[in-house]
Amino acid sequence: MEELIEKLKKEVIEQLNLEDIKPEDINPDSPLFGEGLGLDSIDALELIVLLEKNYGIKIEDPKDGKKIFFSIRSMAEYITANKK
Amino acid sequence: MRQFITAYTLIDGFKCMVNGRLLFYQENILTFADFIKALYKQEQVNYPKFYKMDALGKLGFIASELLLRNKDFKLYPPELTGVVLSNSSSSLDTDIAHYETIRDREHYFPSPSVFVYTLPNIVIGEICIRNGIKGENAFLVSESFNSELIAGYVTDLFSRELVKGCLCGWIEVLGNRCEAFLAWVENQADVAETKPGMFNPVPFDAEHLKLLKNQNDR
Repeated sequence: MEELIEKLKKEVIEQLNLEDIKPEDINPDSPLFGEGLGLDSIDALELIVLLEKNYGIKIEDPKDGKKIFFSIRSMAEYITANKK
Repeated sequence: MRQFITAYTLIDGFKCMVNGRLLFYQENILTFADFIKALYKQEQVNYPKFYKMDALGKLGFIASELLLRNKDFKLYPPELTGVVLSNSSSSLDTDIAHYETIRDREHYFPSPSVFVYTLPNIVIGEICIRNGIKGENAFLVSESFNSELIAGYVTDLFSRELVKGCLCGWIEVLGNRCEAFLAWVENQADVAETKPGMFNPVPFDAEHLKLLKNQNDR
């Protein structure tokens, strides 16, 4: 799990062009939206693309997004449970 | 009432000038990405959303930032502040990037953050959001810089009292080729006394727009 969290941090930084942020700046348990990284709605769409492109996971119900993308850890847990 | 250009930015060949003074030039810079990032860092602009913009957005944002931070343009109500820009490649630079994400049907992953920039007037939105501008705006596409078109369009906005201040000019990016010219235009009656070291206002017309934009060619 910790290995996946570190990988995800790098992927999120690259996918969302978070230039001034380093992996160690991201607390895996902090909320991704609203505070912390200050992500917006377009970033949310990019995270959906990231899951599909890098892990083959398609989010069928958009309502699940809030829970899945709450934090880096929640993303990692979802990937672990659903990776094909 | 006549209008005057009271400030301008010129970016060409990875060189940046504000009000006729050289602000940035590094010989060893070879790409647009390196140039715009180095300029952003040098000028200590703190706006994390900058990194998420496409190339046209970044160029327009920086060019406007360098210009407007020296001007008390907020004296004008946001609704009476306009932005009129132009270029020749429209959003082609980003259109190509978007195409790259969708051309392979086997790996079809269009990027939402790329797609949202596939219109040239998005750069106007970035400038307006940053500066709270809510007035008239337009993005015009022409083969080369058409100073008469810009002068005519902006003069019309002033004559109909739709604007009291207007940012206008040329923002062009395609690959590593970039060129920006932005002029800040105000009514003669509103032009404050020139501050020492600042640009001496010139009349706003097609001829002066062309002269200022092409000064590096002379």
